Amino acid sequence: MTERVPILKISSTLFVSIQIDLQDESVVRLQEDLADELAATGARGVIIDITAVEIVDSFIGRMLATIGSISRLFDAETVLVGMRPAVAITLTELGLSLRGVRTALNAEKGLALLNGSS
Amino acid sequence: MDVDSSQRQMAAYLRDHQDKLVGRWTELVVAGQRGQSSAAEVRRELEDLYSLLIGAMAGPDEQAASELRAALAELSRSRARGGFTPSETALAVFALKDAVYELAADAADLMPEYFAFSRMLDDLGLHTFETYAAARERIIADQAQAMLELSTPVVRLWEGIIAVPLVGTLDSARAQLVMEKLLETLIATGAEHAVLDITGVSTVDTEVAQHLLKTVSAARLLGAECIVSGIRPQVAQTIVSLGIEFGDIATKATLADALAYALSRTGQKVAKTGPA
Repeated sequence: MTERVPILKISSTLFVSIQIDLQDESVVRLQEDLADELAATGARGVIIDITAVEIVDSFIGRMLATIGSISRLFDAETVLVGMRPAVAITLTELGLSLRGVRTALNAEKGLALLNGSS
Repeated sequence: MDVDSSQRQMAAYLRDHQDKLVGRWTELVVAGQRGQSSAAEVRRELEDLYSLLIGAMAGPDEQAASELRAALAELSRSRARGGFTPSETALAVFALKDAVYELAADAADLMPEYFAFSRMLDDLGLHTFETYAAARERIIADQAQAMLELSTPVVRLWEGIIAVPLVGTLDSARAQLVMEKLLETLIATGAEHAVLDITGVSTVDTEVAQHLLKTVSAARLLGAECIVSGIRPQVAQTIVSLGIEFGDIATKATLADALAYALSRTGQKVAKTGPA
């Protein structure tokens, strides 16, 4: 049984806070759950908080970008917030710049970004 | 006459004339040192050396010889740290030759002993030199490390705007350090704009540009925007002729331009309050 990441809906934004060690299966699961939730609620924005994530690999980096692309199909903007320096350096070294995903320093700024753009 | 017995004879001579010789030795060393240490201090140092030297000469005693070398090494290390020149350091040993020569010049029968003694002092002098050089190299290595840590300040320019003035050469080790410090400061201050100022970077080649681009994309992942400033005319020409693409990264000529740009991006404005 893989661990599930809860998805919270706050007004028209979906809030995902990843607080577990990310396994490949749990990220795939999150991607599926998020797609279902976006279809059901018609949310306009997704905030993914990765403050607690200390280790990423190329697969997880790619999945984060994929989540961004999927959200875009539902006309929702994705903001990745709270990335740690070590994670940013790793992703850069892996050559993943997450083009389709917007980023913000913390959840508050991420929310401001979503509200400002919509 | 074999070496051992001549050394013992010399040791006896040195012991007999200890006061006179150490006095003269101290005088010579102090005169050669531009008054960087007091006569009493030098005398104490030299007295220790003198007794160790006699001990080493008196018999084939390995321990005494190594003690003497250790004392000399310590002396030259402390001189290297104290900013003495190499000749001032070596003088501490060679001056004894002069002191002994002045005293022993009249005693013609001591000549062979004096030559053997002089040869031994030459060896010790070389040893001093080697330790001095080694100590110096260590100091240089330590300083290089200290400079690496000192030379990457991240400064807060304005509310939400930080700057990294880069000075010197940007190699992989420094680029990594700069990136880490920049990212940590972005998180700590919550700044959304960072200015990378390369005015002080002597040469910009493909490697340096690569480091800059990596830093910018890592900062982007955190949600901050980077502006590269301080591009000099020659650097601009080099960048273009090397075919380096900065893409959609904002570049400005001066730090002031970059600050103005960042202020306008954050919706802030600096205005004059009256006539200057």
